[in-house]
Amino acid sequence: MSLECGVFHTRYESDMGLRPRPVQRIRLAFFATFVLLFPFVAGPYWLDLANQIAIATVGAIGLNILVGYTGQISLGQGAFMAIGAYTAGLLTLNAGLPWGVSIALACVVTSLAGTFFGLPSLRLKGLYLAIATLAAQEIVEWGMTHWTAVTGGTEAIVLPAPSLFGVRLNSSFAFYWFGVLMAAGTALFAANLFRTRMGRAFVAVRDQDIAASVIGVNIFRTKLLAFATSSFFVGLAGAMIAYYRTIITWERFTLETSIVYLAMIIVGGLGSIRGSFFGAVLITLLPALITNAGRALQDTAPVVANLLPYAQQAVFGIVIILFLVFEPKGLSKLWGNVKDYFHVWPFAYRRG
Amino acid sequence: MDIFLQLTVSGLSTGMIYALAAAGFVVIYKASDVINFAQGDLLLLGTYLVFFAVAQTGLPWSLGVLVTVLLAVAVALAIERLVLRPLIGEPIISMIMVTIGLSSILRAAVNAIWGPAPRSFESFLPAGDVALGPVVLSSGRLLSIPIALVVLAALWLFFRHTRDGIAMRAIADDQQAALSMGISIPRVFGIAWGLAAASAAIGGIMLAGIVGVSPNVTSIGLRVFPVVILGGLDSIRGAVIGGAIIGLLEVYTGGYVGHGLSLVVPYVVLVLVLMVRPYGLFGKEIIERV
Repeated sequence: MSLECGVFHTRYESDMGLRPRPVQRIRLAFFATFVLLFPFVAGPYWLDLANQIAIATVGAIGLNILVGYTGQISLGQGAFMAIGAYTAGLLTLNAGLPWGVSIALACVVTSLAGTFFGLPSLRLKGLYLAIATLAAQEIVEWGMTHWTAVTGGTEAIVLPAPSLFGVRLNSSFAFYWFGVLMAAGTALFAANLFRTRMGRAFVAVRDQDIAASVIGVNIFRTKLLAFATSSFFVGLAGAMIAYYRTIITWERFTLETSIVYLAMIIVGGLGSIRGSFFGAVLITLLPALITNAGRALQDTAPVVANLLPYAQQAVFGIVIILFLVFEPKGLSKLWGNVKDYFHVWPFAYRRG
Repeated sequence: MDIFLQLTVSGLSTGMIYALAAAGFVVIYKASDVINFAQGDLLLLGTYLVFFAVAQTGLPWSLGVLVTVLLAVAVALAIERLVLRPLIGEPIISMIMVTIGLSSILRAAVNAIWGPAPRSFESFLPAGDVALGPVVLSSGRLLSIPIALVVLAALWLFFRHTRDGIAMRAIADDQQAALSMGISIPRVFGIAWGLAAASAAIGGIMLAGIVGVSPNVTSIGLRVFPVVILGGLDSIRGAVIGGAIIGLLEVYTGGYVGHGLSLVVPYVVLVLVLMVRPYGLFGKEIIERV
């Protein structure tokens, strides 16, 4: 939110725009063109990765609303995604609802569940809240695997393929459009959210909760709203996975999932929408790239290929640590640096 | 009655291993306010290092245990120096994530070196059973209880009576004041990580003897959280008693109610404690509250 040099607004509308400068609009246009052309160029493998990124973006933005913007650490991401996925799936299977309706209801249910799990945040802060959400994650995980009558236990739930106007939606190509739409919608909502009173209240609670309550922010209400808003999108991500794979298994929603999503927003940048997207891209592509590298090496160095799964795990940890040590503000800050450099290029005030 | 005694012994021995892991967690938290999510992986490291030292290198037991502890301490010191020290003073979320990253690296390293398959080797804990009247108890498990208690008592004495132990408590109390009294914070953080690794390594060695050497050991790392919250985050005594309670609770529910339920009971206890008495049984009453 810095003042741009040499940019003058003559109307309030243009000053308040999300993309006030022409350069920003051109960049957005390039990105949009890329997104629109991508599925026609890419093969099914890359399309599948793109879909995973779209889902991860929705989930990461959801988590970032809670962790990055409101400062409430949650290790329960996997549990909330599970609630979204199972609700969407079970509503379709047991109540016969169409997939669109059950996804929408799943978001609402997850939102309510998130509010419930957010209740401890009224009493607990910081690491105690983190441990409380860890317990919630473990309890929900146990529920998934042991409440056999409802969730099918460790057996997978198989869903009917979703279709829209007679087109099967869970093919890589068709789902791409749905995924992009959802991710873009989530990003747009979140970007605007933090320009409203409610969104600013989230940030105020994160930065100084006591000061926030002095200027009239109801902390309890704000925290619960943050949990509700965040879980809504996390539930959406869960429901999207359910319908993309048309199979729901508990393995997708473990503590590991929570950690992967936390890694996304740390690597991308806490409290940043574009950071959530960058993080989703990097953390989704990283294992795929390592797998590809391993396959390429399979013939020349079979030993390396055997170590592949461990390399993925190790690189995941190394990336988190490197970002925390060297760039705690994440990829979002790096991208900002690049933009700042080119903003005044070639007349840099000082080389940094 | 036989079953009850058997369950009690196995619960206490499990609980003491939890306590060893939890004590390491408490030491690190006390000294540096870091929540160590890699505690389970330090246990894992302990089990595989002792396997390496005794079964693969062929050292005698006494020497093998010593080598294991020293190697674990060396790894922990390296971690503290390279990863934790640059992050002193960062927000909690960074601390949580950095130890999660460490946990992932440690796990990958252990799996890459020793492979994912479980290994077995002859334990130093006697394998046979001990008959106590009508009750037959596994002597390995029985023996692990006093061993753990001795280690934990040593840790407790360290905090009470040695210069470094008291320095550590001073830092936990007020970092600025401790600094101005000439206490070296890097040194104390190093010692904290060293002690945590040593305590976890001994836990790992006993696990290697009781349940064998396998990557599943890391799952115990998460059990540390119910234990430390119940006992109090900054109390060694709390870790021992919390460990015993959680271990017993798990085994009793497993034995009398059903195996499935024993997995979730510790977390239910954790939630209840957080609601009613967040500082735990023996923790200091200063807690981040809204």
